Amino acid sequence: MIHYIDLLVKSIFIENILLIYFLGMCSFLGCSKRTDAAIGMGWAVIFISTVCTPTCWAVKHFFLRKGGLAWAGIPNLDLTFLIFIMFIAVIAAVTQLTEMIVEKVSPPLYNKLGIFLPLIAVNCAILGASFFMDQRNYTLAESVVFGFGSGTGWALAIVALSTIRKKLGYSNIPGSLRGGGIAMIITGLMAMGFMCFSGINL
Amino acid sequence: MSATPASNTPAAKEALFSRGNQKILRDGLWDNNPISYQVMGICSALAVTTAVNTSVVMSLGLVAVLGLSEAIIGSIRNYIPPRIRIIVQLAVVSAFVITLDLILKAYFYSVSKQLSVFVGLIITNTLVMARLEAFSMHNPPWKSFLDGIGNGAGYGLALTAVAVIREILGSGTLLGYHVIPASWYAHGFVNNGLMVLSPGAFFVLGLIVWTHRSIAGYVEGK
Repeated sequence: MIHYIDLLVKSIFIENILLIYFLGMCSFLGCSKRTDAAIGMGWAVIFISTVCTPTCWAVKHFFLRKGGLAWAGIPNLDLTFLIFIMFIAVIAAVTQLTEMIVEKVSPPLYNKLGIFLPLIAVNCAILGASFFMDQRNYTLAESVVFGFGSGTGWALAIVALSTIRKKLGYSNIPGSLRGGGIAMIITGLMAMGFMCFSGINL
Repeated sequence: MSATPASNTPAAKEALFSRGNQKILRDGLWDNNPISYQVMGICSALAVTTAVNTSVVMSLGLVAVLGLSEAIIGSIRNYIPPRIRIIVQLAVVSAFVITLDLILKAYFYSVSKQLSVFVGLIITNTLVMARLEAFSMHNPPWKSFLDGIGNGAGYGLALTAVAVIREILGSGTLLGYHVIPASWYAHGFVNNGLMVLSPGAFFVLGLIVWTHRSIAGYVEGK
């Protein structure tokens, strides 16, 4: 049990997927101009990441890895080179499905999250989490925890940045630094803050 | 190829490197640089730039992937049903990224290890998606190809600039060779450890965006 808590803390704080691995920067900069949009995007990423990472694990475990297709009577097939295209297909399919289900089951939730879901298919935080899951050979339970943790870490960072940017609206920034430039420098400062966690050994 | 300006009759075949095509090439490289102007494809710009050699390999890979996939999408653009165009684009890009990854693993194994997941993440690089969506869905293959090369090169330029600064300040080396003389270290020069870590990447890229935009005179939101 403690192993999973360690992994969770590690993926949220110590190895924050955005501030340490730089994944999902584009939607991070694009959606952080308003706090409510940032919160919506954060929830959507947490959800999709928690669902997609284990789904990708299953696809890898039962189809792509060497010997994964043993249940179908082909034990020597090695399809690992298809990981890239299969993972992105899984993510695109899951986001599409989620969008359809949420629209049917809970229209108010759909109104909140609906516009963010299509954006997520090309958010590299999700694909990156799945690649890390593959590279570090996580088990099923670990991949659920890691997917949830990295999504949460990403959401935390985007909500924090959006509130800082709101405050920035009142300050007089040099013209050409406005927007992308200053957001990048603030993210650097946030990353420095998160570096404090890197001394923690779990 | 003649040096005369392109004829006004629409039937006249445009020269391969006509003025319009040169503009497409130059646009991505400087005027509309993907990293500092459009702020796209940032993830890899930050992650692979601790050393110059990894970022050069990454840029060359992206130029190839972007150019070729733009050419492919440009040539089949009239047959792609609009509702599923994103998935078609993703499929084309992934095919090239898989090829690139296999080539890197076969011939540049150590660089491929350093790049780790970031080669695969070219698939979701927003720069690639944005150029496919905005340019090659409406333009013929050759123009799309040039646009891909131009934007890829602009991306590479920004990446290399970040990497040069980070490698010199962070490790005192350039392409693995020591460039900071030993006498400086004797007088108390210390490598800036922050540059190797993630905050350094954010700062350097932020400053580069600022520099480029103030030279180009671009102000966001105006």
